[in-house]
Amino acid sequence: LSAFSPHSPVTSEQIEHLHRRFKQLSRDQLTIRKENFDSIPDLEFNPIRGKIVHAFFDKRNLRQESDGLADEINFEDFLTIMSYFRPIEMNMDEEQLDRFRKEKLKFLFHMYDSDHDGKITLQEYRNVVEELLSGNPHLEKESARSIADGAMMEAASICVGQMGPDQVYEGITFDDFLKMWQGIDIETKMHVRFLTMETIAHCY
Amino acid sequence: GFHLYHRLPRLMPESCILIAIGALVGVIIFASDHKSPPVMNTSIYFLYLLPPIILEEGYFMPTRPFFENIGSILWWSVPGALLNSFGIGLSLYGVCQIEAFGLSDLNLLQNLLFGSMISAVDPVAALVVFEEASVNEQLYMMIFGESLLNDGITVVLYNIFIAFIQMHKYEEIESIDVLAGFARFFVVGLGGVLFGVVFGFVSALMTRFTSNVSAIEPLLVFMFSYLSYLSAETLYISGILAMTACAVTMKKYVEENVSQNSYTTIKYFMKMLSSVSETLIFVFMGVSTVGKNHEWNWAFISFTLLLCLIWRTLSVFALFYITNKFRTYPFTFKDQLIISYSGLRGASSFSLAFLLPDNLFPRKKLFITATLVVIYFTVYIQGITIGPLVRYLDVKKTNKKESINEEIHVRLMDHLKAGIEDICGHWSHYQLRDKFKKFDNKYLKKILIREHQPKSRIVSLYKKMEIKLAIEMAESGVKMSKPSTTSSQSRRNQPVQRLSPADVESMRDVLAHNLYQVRQRAPTYNRHNLCTYTNEKQAQEILIRQQHSFRQSCRKGNSLPWGRQANTAEVRYLSLPQGPGQLSGRKARRVTFTGKGSAL
Repeated sequence: LSAFSPHSPVTSEQIEHLHRRFKQLSRDQLTIRKENFDSIPDLEFNPIRGKIVHAFFDKRNLRQESDGLADEINFEDFLTIMSYFRPIEMNMDEEQLDRFRKEKLKFLFHMYDSDHDGKITLQEYRNVVEELLSGNPHLEKESARSIADGAMMEAASICVGQMGPDQVYEGITFDDFLKMWQGIDIETKMHVRFLTMETIAHCY
Repeated sequence: GFHLYHRLPRLMPESCILIAIGALVGVIIFASDHKSPPVMNTSIYFLYLLPPIILEEGYFMPTRPFFENIGSILWWSVPGALLNSFGIGLSLYGVCQIEAFGLSDLNLLQNLLFGSMISAVDPVAALVVFEEASVNEQLYMMIFGESLLNDGITVVLYNIFIAFIQMHKYEEIESIDVLAGFARFFVVGLGGVLFGVVFGFVSALMTRFTSNVSAIEPLLVFMFSYLSYLSAETLYISGILAMTACAVTMKKYVEENVSQNSYTTIKYFMKMLSSVSETLIFVFMGVSTVGKNHEWNWAFISFTLLLCLIWRTLSVFALFYITNKFRTYPFTFKDQLIISYSGLRGASSFSLAFLLPDNLFPRKKLFITATLVVIYFTVYIQGITIGPLVRYLDVKKTNKKESINEEIHVRLMDHLKAGIEDICGHWSHYQLRDKFKKFDNKYLKKILIREHQPKSRIVSLYKKMEIKLAIEMAESGVKMSKPSTTSSQSRRNQPVQRLSPADVESMRDVLAHNLYQVRQRAPTYNRHNLCTYTNEKQAQEILIRQQHSFRQSCRKGNSLPWGRQANTAEVRYLSLPQGPGQLSGRKARRVTFTGKGSAL
């Protein structure tokens, strides 16, 4: 909780709600493992399910120094992940806003960069696109790959501009990623509205 | 001429010019005849002039932002319209009570009716300004949604009040009637929407089977929407809302089903019809300014004007204050100011005023004059100044990039949010939308759409990009100029450079194939500008040129698929010259990534 307080006033009510949810998911244990996420029925239909669950266990998101995947997370880690989805407060100043934005973008970046090498390569990007389009059975894999290629090209053009004929674009680094997102309003898009509907929570 | 001269739209909205023209025509007629010029009557307006406008508004509505903001929009339009009408009506009644103004024969009902008439907002001019200044989506949506719903609501109110007036002449109205009026309001409104949705489904269903008779597809579309309007009106439910709902429902499925030609026809025809109607209405307005239909009463008119402004501002601030509590991103003061300033009146109020039955309204001319004055004022003064105001206030802008990356990211974000919400056990409208989409995909689309083609937006965007790329490759030959993805405008305006020699049948095939699959997906807000798919033109040009260059290439004995000479110092972005061309589903040529491919 100490991670929270300097950043935002997540209300204690919200924390309580999340705690209850955590207990539900973990079946009253202290920690959650990946398997616990299987108990959420709706998540099945989500095309990027794997990546989302993975994001919870990604040590980089948990602000731990090491790298790789954690096996299990406790409530504090759970909250840490949730904190990436806070809506922005009206009273934040420029620096805070900037930091906030970077945090969110970093979270996203980690979702793309599955091998933790700090770059989104073509293969990883393809992976993401394939997953995104996996809900559509009529789309061939090849199309998904071509789309990813196209997107990479675009990214290259934004980030690097004109390239010499022998230059090779390694992958999207975090700075490039930031560049791509310039002008897009992530703060307004990446938040979860905390409307509590108790009945829904109890359905699980 | 208005659209050709580009400076002019920045100065004043089109409605101004139209009215001016109308006034000019009116002057001419008047001068020559000394008679009042010909005018409209109820049937012409409601049967012929209004439906095309409504249809066009509904059809070209950008559905996703609309539904995302639907809560706020509904909360703003419905109570807003009611508040405005009653507010203005009651205040005017109060004004009329003052003996000195000589208005005491206007009773409450008439004032209320006038209030409802005058609060019919027509912010087309404001929308144009917004689009030009690229204001943020929420703001745009609010005004757009308001204009859409407002017409329906005011007409409903208008009819209710007229019914009241006819019923009771000048006797007391019992409270039961008032309640009945309220109930009627809801029945009419909701009934209209339901009706329209049903019609939309029926027409979508029919278009599923028209693959062999594609010439009648536009006819189907227009006919069904008009039918929904007419039948709703016959049943005394709101035809306007029915037609809007029909158009929205129809669009989604019909778009998938109809052929490219029909689609274009529908688009253009709709725009044409609505332009015609709007022009006619404004011209009528101008024409009737000049004539003997007037009665001037300083008090009434000036108070009307004042009250319109006051009540609009009041309702905006009051309603938004409440709505802001429920929104994650509240509307700022600036936004609210703009919204209240963009309450331009237009054709609807005028038509409604004009159509007041004479026998019930001995002072009809007064109403007409007042309405006209308000319209003139709002259109000219507010219309002209709203542009500078928006720019001055520096309203938050939207960022519309048409890049694949953005599409992918946004899509990812949506899924991510839905996933997180599932995990938290929270509910919000992403879930709702997801659920609707699931339902839609499972049942509706199967029934209503012809063959289920992959219409993922990413794919269509990608195809667009692929064509652009292919065109560029054909045109540039040596160097690709840097495409700036911040605005695809620059891509479209790329001058055609010299031709690369070569191109093979396959490239033509790819282009031809893809041209008939990609649809323009950008929403077209402006009534008068259809986003022309300029790539079509470019691509057609390419096709022609390739026919020439094909001969050349045969001579050169080119064997590379895209005709890229190996020795050209070409910019290779990702060493993937063959990459984009594969999307046509031809399995013949697999994408062979060179050794560098994976490392990019």
